[in-house]
Amino acid sequence: MTARLARLRGPNNEGLLLAVIVLVVIAMSLASPAFFTAGTFFALVRSSMVPLIFALGVLLVLISGGVDVSFPAIAIFAAYTTVTLFMDGSGGTALVIFAVAMLIGAGLGMLNGVVIARFRLPTLIVTLGTQGIFKGVLIAYIGSAYISAGDLPSAITEASDRHLVDVAGGGYLHFLIVPVVVIVLLVAAMLKWTVFGRSIYAIGGDTEAARRVGIRVVRTQVWLYMLVGALAAFGGVVYVILGKNANPQSLVGTELDIIAAVVLGGASIFGGRGSVGGTVLGVVLVQLINNNLVLVGIPSTWQRAAVGVLLLLGVSIQAFAATRGRSRPVAVQKEVAA
Amino acid sequence: MTVTATPVLEVRDIVKTYGGVHALDGVSLSLAPGEVHCLAGENGSGKSTLIKIISGVERADSGAITIDGTTHGHLTPNEAIRSGVQVIYQDFSLFPNLSAAENIAMLSELAERRVLSSRSRIRAAAQRVVDDLGLSLDLDAEVERLSVADRQLIAICRALVNDAKVLIMDEPTTALTYSEVQRLFVIVRRLQQRGVAIVFVSHKLDEVLAISQRLTVLRNGRVVESGDASGYTRRAVSKAMTGRDVSETRLVNDVAPDAPQLLEVEHLSRAGGFDDVSFALRAGEILGITGLLGSGRSEIAEAVFGINPADSGRILVQGKPRRIASIHDAVDAGIGYVPEDRLTQGLFLDIPIAENMVAASLDAYRTRFGLLDRRRIRRSIADLFGRLRIQAPNSSAVVRSLSGGNAQRVVLAKWLDRKPAILLLNGPTVGVDVGSKEEIVTILREQAAAGMGIVVISDDIPELVSCCHRILIIHDGHVVAELAGDDIDADEIQRRMAA
Repeated sequence: MTARLARLRGPNNEGLLLAVIVLVVIAMSLASPAFFTAGTFFALVRSSMVPLIFALGVLLVLISGGVDVSFPAIAIFAAYTTVTLFMDGSGGTALVIFAVAMLIGAGLGMLNGVVIARFRLPTLIVTLGTQGIFKGVLIAYIGSAYISAGDLPSAITEASDRHLVDVAGGGYLHFLIVPVVVIVLLVAAMLKWTVFGRSIYAIGGDTEAARRVGIRVVRTQVWLYMLVGALAAFGGVVYVILGKNANPQSLVGTELDIIAAVVLGGASIFGGRGSVGGTVLGVVLVQLINNNLVLVGIPSTWQRAAVGVLLLLGVSIQAFAATRGRSRPVAVQKEVAA
Repeated sequence: MTVTATPVLEVRDIVKTYGGVHALDGVSLSLAPGEVHCLAGENGSGKSTLIKIISGVERADSGAITIDGTTHGHLTPNEAIRSGVQVIYQDFSLFPNLSAAENIAMLSELAERRVLSSRSRIRAAAQRVVDDLGLSLDLDAEVERLSVADRQLIAICRALVNDAKVLIMDEPTTALTYSEVQRLFVIVRRLQQRGVAIVFVSHKLDEVLAISQRLTVLRNGRVVESGDASGYTRRAVSKAMTGRDVSETRLVNDVAPDAPQLLEVEHLSRAGGFDDVSFALRAGEILGITGLLGSGRSEIAEAVFGINPADSGRILVQGKPRRIASIHDAVDAGIGYVPEDRLTQGLFLDIPIAENMVAASLDAYRTRFGLLDRRRIRRSIADLFGRLRIQAPNSSAVVRSLSGGNAQRVVLAKWLDRKPAILLLNGPTVGVDVGSKEEIVTILREQAAAGMGIVVISDDIPELVSCCHRILIIHDGHVVAELAGDDIDADEIQRRMAA
């Protein structure tokens, strides 16, 4: 019985999280008939897309044993720079815009990776520093002006209006959900089925042991931060497309919410643990609460408190599960069994 | 020399200096297939540096390494692994968050430069090694949840997954019980038959002499002895390592007949740990508590010190019953405890020796105004630093830079500075070389002579025999024997422990 329950709970409490989401959905449906509709669902999907992409990057860094707070700065730097590059009608399809932004993002990520891996510096401090640098350079040298829908490259405004499904009453499912889902699946596959992915877990488990077993730690970390940078840039462009504007002052400041969602999804802040499934659930739960608390009559001022309580609960459950799992074997019984 | 086969590993004239100090000064070593070669030496003799150079982690200043006929001037870790050199580190270097199977197979996946990782291939590779060695291990379990002995087996399996030719085992027996060591030796002999050359590093000289065919002793970065292991006795190896005669003879001071009872433990029990344990300790006495790992010996000490308090029973300190429900209570009662794992439980690694020494007794240095009396602190530190003969440039060196023996002395200093009436020590010489061991035992004798009551929990029987007035033997959570005076005998203790 307990074994089956433990399996349902999943290695990183994913099952528990799913149960909480189901409970919240049921509670909200009962409290408000407006909740359980396709429109609400599509809105939830839409608002989860950007945080989800960011969360994947955060997850990868957390698994490797680090904390990255520079991803919103990379995202807006890459997206805004790309937008200004293509603004004067110099063509460029959406695909090209994504590619250029992701290259910029990978470049900025490489800077993080090189500093962190070469000099073995604490990731939080390094990315705190680079976050400031990226944002400063963006505003000082590239532009500080808000770019509204009319001035955006045409490829972006066209992309903004492409819906996959429309429902009566104004709800719609944006087509960008397709690449987002593909990326989620790719990252999950990478973590599970590639040596690179397993090396990230290994480095997060014990960096010195990884070095000794022959993992090229520096190279792996540099590639990892480049990948995370590219992911952030992708998220940045999606953000610009969905919002139909490019504001260099946006995004930076949202990093802790994303990290909270990933930790809620079962990733360990000490590294080595975390899954894409849990991350998706963590992001969905946070968005569910952020979007719909108002719907059930709770003032929006309580949103942050609710997310905070959830985070504390999530981390406590993790810590509790960890101490129980690692409780020292009982001396006498062990002797008897042997 | 009895070696006739071509050596699988040959190290010639290795020199390595760190900041002008010769860590290795022209060290040569050769290893034949199927040979168990013991590398002995005190902490700081250059053993670890030599291992790091052979495994490619460190680069030698000069000298050459020949593995299987190929000479390498500069070896990288990956080259060493590909040429068949494997190291089992003292801390095992496993990934706690990954499964046993993945820990074992990670190495071959990387060596084959794979891009995709396959769970079934990993599982099969790990299973093959495990079957090959005739072990039973839960391959799907996360390493974090396995016992130390199982982790050791996983580290061995990992080293063998890639057909190692040379296996270096750095202190493989430190954390193992007697029967686990025997099981390890069976595996070592099996590997030996298969032609794997093994370098065995250990402080436990009895084990070393039992398993090795050849022996090389390093001292201060030079080879001082090298030859057939059968030609050496425990005493001769100790002497080669330290350069002096190390005494392990039994030497106990008489306890005054009117010495007061410091600690009386009556019918102490804790579910799952130990049952109905009673003993007494007088001032000036050294009491040994021994038993196999998992017998409950550590749990008894942890109960007396309040870490995991007992469920029932009584503890009297200096004749007065004391309720010990927390570490705080124990410290108040005048009890000190030197834990088993000093690196994680007893020391602040990145802080200077001096500050570690007074860390537990700062309260005693408060002036009238609640400030710290720096002058008195400095005096105490200088006194302890000299009294415990800590080998470090000065007392402001960080603890992490010290060898095992010296770090242990800092832990001792920390507790001695509190001047406890009763001092419990759990494995005081684990991972400490013979020379330091002797000195630590001497320090304990001095403290006892000065009136302290000392309890030593250990499975190092020669050490207990050399200094204890009485020895309790724990089995399955019960005191099965109490030996005193002339009855204390190493063979007898060994027999009773396993019974």
